[in-house]
Amino acid sequence: MIADEASFPVFEVVEPGVLTSIQDLGRFGYQKYGVPVSGPMDDFSLKVANLLVGNDSNAAALEITGLGPKLKVLSDTVVSLSGADFNATLDEKPFQGWRSLRVQKGSIIRIREARRGFRGYLAVTGGIEVPKVLGSRSTYLTGKFGGLDGRSLGKGDIINSSYPGTSPGRMPLRFLPEECVPVFSSRVEVSVIMGPQDDCFTGEGIKTFLNSRYVVSLDSDRTAYRLTGPKIAHHRKADIITDAIPQGAIQVPGDGQPIVMMADRPATGGYAKIACVIAPDISRIAQLKPEDGLRFRKIGIDAAHKLLRDKEAEFTRIKSLLEAQARVLARKRYRVRVEDEVYQVVVEEIPAD
Amino acid sequence: MKTDKVVAGDRALFLNFANRISPQINRKVHLLASFIKKGEGILEIVPTYRSLCIYYDPLRLRLRDLETRLCQIEDELGEVRKTPPPARILEIPVVYGGEYGPDLGFVANSCGLPEEEVVQIHSGRDYLIYMCGFSPGFSYLGGLDERIAAPRLKTPRVKVPAGSVGIAEGQTGIYPLESAGGWRLIGRTPLKLFDPQKDPPIPFLPGEYFRFVPIPEEEYQKTLEKVRRGDYRIVIHDS
Repeated sequence: MIADEASFPVFEVVEPGVLTSIQDLGRFGYQKYGVPVSGPMDDFSLKVANLLVGNDSNAAALEITGLGPKLKVLSDTVVSLSGADFNATLDEKPFQGWRSLRVQKGSIIRIREARRGFRGYLAVTGGIEVPKVLGSRSTYLTGKFGGLDGRSLGKGDIINSSYPGTSPGRMPLRFLPEECVPVFSSRVEVSVIMGPQDDCFTGEGIKTFLNSRYVVSLDSDRTAYRLTGPKIAHHRKADIITDAIPQGAIQVPGDGQPIVMMADRPATGGYAKIACVIAPDISRIAQLKPEDGLRFRKIGIDAAHKLLRDKEAEFTRIKSLLEAQARVLARKRYRVRVEDEVYQVVVEEIPAD
Repeated sequence: MKTDKVVAGDRALFLNFANRISPQINRKVHLLASFIKKGEGILEIVPTYRSLCIYYDPLRLRLRDLETRLCQIEDELGEVRKTPPPARILEIPVVYGGEYGPDLGFVANSCGLPEEEVVQIHSGRDYLIYMCGFSPGFSYLGGLDERIAAPRLKTPRVKVPAGSVGIAEGQTGIYPLESAGGWRLIGRTPLKLFDPQKDPPIPFLPGEYFRFVPIPEEEYQKTLEKVRRGDYRIVIHDS
């Protein structure tokens, strides 16, 4: 890609990793034309990665899957890594996740194999710059459009970023407090709202669905998590008259094995949907890798909406917390001894209101 | 106009009409869709055969308020008995058979008809575009003549060229992008039916009609050139 006035090169891809693609929050408004939403598998992690480097939460970043890329830094900038724990390094020193840090031209970022979780986001201040396609920078791999020519990163690719509002040298650094960092587990229970076609299944089938442990299959991808486990019985047939597929919808084809529809799902489909995973739990599924386990718990729509409001309030709190960190002008650490007890004291200078 | 309202997760509501595929029901779907405006918490509206999916933001619009708003729209529509404007018919030029439609021979054989008659039957009627979905710009068409219905391939092709026109059981359709696919290919159109660089990315709307028009191979190349240069205009008729 050629740098223009609005952007400049920040990374050279030395090794691309298993599947690294450019994603913003997604392509909305085009499902009626059959265009999938795409966007991040784990939207919470993408949004936080962006906030850590002072971006709008919708800026484009790199979505990393399983085994991450090795990148050469081409310009001084500020980056952050969120999501899974990848044992990442910056010039062979530990590169801690969930905080922003300055990187210098010539440095090497290595993102290794995910230890906890499965997907991560590398954000850069200013946001990754690629042309918008239908209003979004997200890559739709199957349709071969969006992101970097509609494909995942390859060796030798040059990644550009937009010019940030603040010069990277003066950009305040931020971190997500420990208690806000999500803990990823290889066995999760997610909440679902039954329907819209739970009437296609027998009572026994629904019991099986809600009381069994399902295993993430190897052929899961950005389109769907395919699960294996006890067979879910239909009344007569698995096919419905094709209708829309919301994110998190769980389709059950004739073989009785559930499929959770994710970011790159088609806009419509013809299998009965037994239930839908609630929005806040989709990120947790996105962090599962093949062989991990999953259970479903039924909740009502009002409870789901309350959870959604709580989650939003939590996100607003994180946002203002990170904004407050950016207002710190100086930070000094002291060791203070009071009657033989030693305390670590941090003094932060903030602008007078 | 009354629909069943069914929750689909925490951010989508389905409005369902009668559970069958028919042009009358589908017309109601598109009519209702045209009266629901995006904004104020309504994010996206996706019409399908017999239902409308409303994607909404529960943080800005409560489900109860959304339902009330939709019921009001349905009541108003019921009273006015709106008739939709006449639908457009779009001409889709197609080269049938040969390398463009490698399965035309198979379809002819399995239906016990000469190839020319399969072409004549396929291009002899207008097809309602019920909806888009499955893949970008893919249109679900109604009304294939049963005489030319044919089974899918047992093993799908890895690469079906963009513009391929196929038959699968009682359905016919066009592959807008190069993709894998298991439909029997009887021809190909030089038209670009999905272009992500354009907004909207498709040159038609659900609720309109396609009319397939047989063309010779030379015209395919000429039209393809025009489409590439961006100066091809689709022939449109009023129904």
